[in-house]
Amino acid sequence: MAVSEAQVLEHSGANEHHDDHEHHGNFVTNYIFSLDHKVIGKQFLLTGIFWAIIGGGLSIIFRLQLGFPDMDLEWLRPLLGKWITDTGKLDTEFYLALVTMHGTIMVFFVLTAGLSGTFSNFLIPLQIGARDMASGFMNMLSYWLFFLSSVIMFISLFIETGPAGGGWTIYPPLSALPQAISGSGLGMTLWLVAMVFFIASSLLGGINYISTIINLRTEGMSFTRMPLTIWAFFLTAILGLLSFPVLFACALLLVFDRSFGTSFYLSDIYIGGEALPNTGGSPILFQHLFWFLGHPEVYIIILPALGITSEIISTNARKPIFGYRAMIGSMMGIGVLSFVVWAHHMFVTGMSPFLGSIFMILTLIIAVPSAIKGFNYITTLWRGNIRFTPAMLFSIGLVSLFISGGVTGIFLGNSALDIFLHDTYFVVAHFHLVMGSSAFFGMVAGIYHWYPKMFGRMMDDKLGYIHFWLTFVGVYLVFFPMHYIGIAGFPRRYYSFTNFDAFSSFGDLNMFVSAAAIITFGAQFIFLFNFFYSMIRGRKAPENPWESNTLEWTTPRVPGHGNWPGEIPTVYRWPYDYSKPGSESDFIPQTIPLSSTPESNLAHEEESAKTEQVDK
Amino acid sequence: MDTAFPLKRKDKGTSFKLHPQKVALWLFLVSVFMLFAAWTSAYVVKQSDGTIPDLEIPLMFDYSTIVVVLSSVTMHMAYIFSKRNQILNIKISLLATALLGVTFLVMQCMAAVEFTNAGGYWVGHPMSSFVYVLAGAHGVHLVSAIIFLVIVVNAAFRYRVHSKSMVRIEMCTTYWHFLGGLWMYLYLFLTLNH
Repeated sequence: MAVSEAQVLEHSGANEHHDDHEHHGNFVTNYIFSLDHKVIGKQFLLTGIFWAIIGGGLSIIFRLQLGFPDMDLEWLRPLLGKWITDTGKLDTEFYLALVTMHGTIMVFFVLTAGLSGTFSNFLIPLQIGARDMASGFMNMLSYWLFFLSSVIMFISLFIETGPAGGGWTIYPPLSALPQAISGSGLGMTLWLVAMVFFIASSLLGGINYISTIINLRTEGMSFTRMPLTIWAFFLTAILGLLSFPVLFACALLLVFDRSFGTSFYLSDIYIGGEALPNTGGSPILFQHLFWFLGHPEVYIIILPALGITSEIISTNARKPIFGYRAMIGSMMGIGVLSFVVWAHHMFVTGMSPFLGSIFMILTLIIAVPSAIKGFNYITTLWRGNIRFTPAMLFSIGLVSLFISGGVTGIFLGNSALDIFLHDTYFVVAHFHLVMGSSAFFGMVAGIYHWYPKMFGRMMDDKLGYIHFWLTFVGVYLVFFPMHYIGIAGFPRRYYSFTNFDAFSSFGDLNMFVSAAAIITFGAQFIFLFNFFYSMIRGRKAPENPWESNTLEWTTPRVPGHGNWPGEIPTVYRWPYDYSKPGSESDFIPQTIPLSSTPESNLAHEEESAKTEQVDK
Repeated sequence: MDTAFPLKRKDKGTSFKLHPQKVALWLFLVSVFMLFAAWTSAYVVKQSDGTIPDLEIPLMFDYSTIVVVLSSVTMHMAYIFSKRNQILNIKISLLATALLGVTFLVMQCMAAVEFTNAGGYWVGHPMSSFVYVLAGAHGVHLVSAIIFLVIVVNAAFRYRVHSKSMVRIEMCTTYWHFLGGLWMYLYLFLTLNH
């Protein structure tokens, strides 16, 4: 149901998109195989939204099972067919596939491609003052590889043996042996093939983002004058460049184990009393390789959201971002640390307790840069002239979720506590708050904020407020109770808890979580309506609706290919001159020379204003 | 509103500039490096388990290593010749490089046969499968480098490689040296770890 609706919505979106513009070149080169970074960004966005609906829809199906285990799900038969058993229940193996695909889709297709892909593509050239990406062709290839990967992953949802079912972390031996569960058959193969294309897409995109930021900045746009969004995308791309090849290495060995008879991850396995020939491998090896990607991956997801938030909070608090350099430093710190903490996902694999304590300390150190960012957001908001736009609300929501999810990270990073909490709903609650919902809030905030530049129209504020409050309250109602469920000992990925007496008193809490999840998911359709409706009927946007300083707001209402009709603007100052003492206006765009604002210049700026070269 | 603005060739920019394609190549090399770093560290982790089968690294690897070093020398000669505009020498040394590259690949295949005959099977203990994975993945990258080289050779025969048109051959040289260096690393890694 959700699936078909999504297709209709996306379809109408694509149509609209096409009517809104005049044509140069033909439809195919302008909107399908486009080399323009803005169109590619929008393609990533629409595909990401499509995946978000599917990923969210899958979670609603398994939440029905968890919250209402006795419910008759016969009415889902038109959608799920034989995945509904004769007694009207969800098939147990399909439940695992749902959980797996929800994770995979959300982590990779929505919050990596949908978030980084959209905003890195759309914002990097606009905010650094470039005509386009370093290589438009590679950029197009990046999207189409992602599209191909999406198609393969989408097809895997419909095959007879079902999609991959070994969890999004695809731990062998479960994922390596097709005879283990039906989800380790063709579904797993398609998963791996799709991920290979996905990795190629991410690498092409990342290489492009980095070389664009290094090479194509406009005059005056030094690294210390770059908006924090660009810093975030830059560091994200570096993380991706270093970690995705490792996932590739890891997945390729799994492919060899599955289809070419090797035993990298397999050893001493008996199935139905029969010994498998594989010897010498180790499933722990997989976990090391996987989490070496997997941990940076969560920062690949959250850093762009944090960058977007920095920009939106500063603009709408009408104050310079607090601690610009500290923000960059802490993002770098997070980036470096993200590569040396992977084993905190593996505390219960029997690793040496000494090694565990080292990884624990490194993990807890991440709290420092993360807290710096949290404090800086709050101090930026402190005594600002806050404008509560929907984008601002979602950004503040991100800060709230990032903090409350981050606090439980300190619990989980502790190797002793983790023995109890490992693989419980406490973990689920933790990462859904700190990276899932946070990154989602960042993405939605970004859409509300840059929608005027993307489509030339404003989104409806009132619908935005309703969307925000339902989502914000809803997310907390979903994930906060999960901490209790986790402390009570509920393991993740279990189909049902009705057989355990100890868990029966938590049945209504699970029901509550499911009800909240359904309402929160429903609220997203308000956003979808707003998103597509505003493309046609939205109020026409002014060039700089948020009175922001960055370069993208100096372009025409709907920037064409090449972004600026005339010369590329020159940059004379950092992007956060909001409410500068002495200045009449409460914002000074980056294109205003220091020499023309003597009333508000600080002492050192007055010095550099003397030597400033202004070409007018 | 949506007019296509002319993409001007001479836009203003910051003074800190590198060649975008070269940056992209270096970033690609970083990702290739990470791929092999992942595998070789997995190898070390695997090795620390104990239970290592008694396997000899094929002798042929010694010879193929010499070939790959020679090919790097000829590649670099081609680069120097193109700086000096010695067109004929460019062509000869590029062709020699390509020939050495193909020879290297053939020798790697022979090494695989030798390894199999000595009991190092693809389907077997991970330690022997790893040798195939490392050498094979390096070989696949070398195939891509040979394709790149063929493109440069083609350009050289059209007089498009000379001191004022160096980007292509510079990038090809970088890639070739990188893969040569990568093989040296893998060779030393495999021999010293046995």
